[in-house]
Amino acid sequence: MASGRDELLRQYRQMQTIRRFEEEAARGYAQAKIGGFLHLYIGQEAIAVGVNDALEEQDYVFQTYRDHGTAIARGMEPKHAMAELFGKDAGCARGLGGSMHFFDVERNFLGGWAIIGGHIAVAAGAAFKSKYTGDGRVTVCFFGEGSTNIGGFHEGLSLAGLWKLPIVFICENNQYAMGTPMKRTSAISDLTLKAQGYGMVGERFDGHDVQLVRDRVKPAIDRARRGEGPTFIEINTYRFRGHSLSAPAKYRTRQELEERKRLDPCAVTRQQLKDAGMSEDELVKVDAEVDELIDEAVAFADAAEPAKEELVFSTVYATRQHGTPTLRATGYPDGRETGHASDAAKQENA
Amino acid sequence: MREIRYREALREALMEEMERDGTVFLMGEEVGHYEGAYKVSQGLLAQFGEQRVIDTPIAEAGFAGIGVGAAMTGLRPIIEFMTWNFSFVAFDQIISNAAKIHQMSGGKLTCPMVFRGPNGAAKQVAAQHSHSVDPFYTNIPGLYVVMPATPRDAKGLLKTSIRNDDPVVFLEGETLYNLKGEVPEEDEDELIPLGVARVAREGDGCTVVAWGRPFHNAMEAAEILAKDGIELEVVDPRTLRPLDTDAIVRSVKKTNRCVVVHEHWPYGGPGAEIVDVVQREAFDYLDAPVERVAAWDVPMPYASNLEELVLPTTERVLEAVRAVSYR
Ligand SMILES: Cc1ncc(C[n+]2csc(CCOP(=O)(O)OP(=O)(O)O)c2C)c(N)n1
Repeated sequence: MASGRDELLRQYRQMQTIRRFEEEAARGYAQAKIGGFLHLYIGQEAIAVGVNDALEEQDYVFQTYRDHGTAIARGMEPKHAMAELFGKDAGCARGLGGSMHFFDVERNFLGGWAIIGGHIAVAAGAAFKSKYTGDGRVTVCFFGEGSTNIGGFHEGLSLAGLWKLPIVFICENNQYAMGTPMKRTSAISDLTLKAQGYGMVGERFDGHDVQLVRDRVKPAIDRARRGEGPTFIEINTYRFRGHSLSAPAKYRTRQELEERKRLDPCAVTRQQLKDAGMSEDELVKVDAEVDELIDEAVAFADAAEPAKEELVFSTVYATRQHGTPTLRATGYPDGRETGHASDAAKQENA
Repeated sequence: MREIRYREALREALMEEMERDGTVFLMGEEVGHYEGAYKVSQGLLAQFGEQRVIDTPIAEAGFAGIGVGAAMTGLRPIIEFMTWNFSFVAFDQIISNAAKIHQMSGGKLTCPMVFRGPNGAAKQVAAQHSHSVDPFYTNIPGLYVVMPATPRDAKGLLKTSIRNDDPVVFLEGETLYNLKGEVPEEDEDELIPLGVARVAREGDGCTVVAWGRPFHNAMEAAEILAKDGIELEVVDPRTLRPLDTDAIVRSVKKTNRCVVVHEHWPYGGPGAEIVDVVQREAFDYLDAPVERVAAWDVPMPYASNLEELVLPTTERVLEAVRAVSYR
């Protein structure tokens, strides 16, 4: 079945792109081209790609700070993602957001959110808008298992369930919240039980097989689109790296990690392609093409202009009204072009 | 005097107070098995066990509330926020409950607890992780707000805060955890009173009021200006609520000039409050308008070239002092 294999190859290419992107990001972090926190998605790639394949272009996607993979699966170009990590103007948030705050509004990737639970209600709000306007879109909201104990999660799910909003909640259960295994943070181990209380369907499955992910998520998306309400999906997965690049990973055993790596989603998909008749040579060629794409992304990000000072003030407010929108103290960019709304208002009045 | 790090000073305070009083416990995310996101609580689980060093799920409103309930019924909770940015989801517990219980109950109940964790920007952690929360919590009557800049103050103030019978918002500095400084020996049990400022450097050229990380910029500026013959008097309030206004006004009456340096945004907050007190109580003594050095009034951008512009620097302290000194 050539078309099935082409599909799988495309999925592999995307997953491998995410993998290689993040390996290079880790290198960039070590070289101090990237600052702050860097949370890698390595090990979870089949979820981002599988879920995206169940979505339409018009659908909205929300993710936590562990957002590179989801953004790239959605279609963000690696070079714009890398430029963001490098703090460059060509980045997807013009260097203002960084690793934790990727945005790609054209592709309906609506962030990159760094406070646990907060974006869950926000995502429900996007779904509310779809119900309100009848625009036919579905929202998907990702978060970790550690995020299912906070108010934002419970209130977001409560309202989504009550109002039958067109949303699918996807809990990527990678077993640990920073250094804490789930058994120390949740009184129950089947997280779909939490969603049951909010009147929504629950699903659970393993997340290392990209097509399985797509096929299991699709009915939930369809249900949401038909107006039959939200679904909560718990996908069993594992992150191969630490919580973030600055966090040590002493809380788990080497053996456990090696065990889980046997289900490396990229390797699993690669093997599926071989089973479907692709040769090692063909796959090596694909890998080389991905490497090249990522090398280009790094070169692009290296060469890009730094983030622009004038954006710092001009992006605080979208509207220009009266008054002094941002206050000054010593050391403010006096007399320089700041995009400061009061400066603009003064100019308009002049 | 021996030198230890700010992080170790905090740890000693926790350890000593937990040894002293069995009602004191530490609760928060990753405080136990992981030994703290910033390793402040290293060794505490081993020493005090899971009953008193308690790892929580990510549920700040929940465990802050647990702290309030336990405090009003007789325990002395120390609630750690991994960073103060995450206290916003627990805002209601701190403001509506912890700060209000004593008066709301006609003075019959108390809420002896400490909320603590790192405050302010770290390095490139962007808009949602870079808040200086001092203005939010200093606005609330019923809360003590403490913000130590040195290891010695960190230890002595935390010990006092734990023994205090009202809720304390204890603001540490993520970028200060590694800072080394002199701290008295463990058996000295030094308690630094809340609400007392420290004159960290005496001078008659200009008063600089600074706390938290920018305190160190002020001290650096003082070194530089001393070479130009300007002697700064650096006053660290250490406690932002209640504020030692007397110490600040006394200093300004001596130097006739004042610069306030802080990392929080310029709109209101202790920065503006200090200027207000100075202009009312030392108006006739001022030779120049009071200047402020603050973070730029914007959400924190990620890129390092921009973050450097937003945060207060020694350079900007120098600029402000020169402005008020007309030099
Ligand atoms: C309200 C809040 N509290 C604490 C944090 C700090 N924090 C960031 S990620 C994280 C662990 C999250 O684990 P999980 O939800 O399982 O997602 P994962 O990182 O495993 O993808 C914590 C405690 C935060 N960002 N927000």
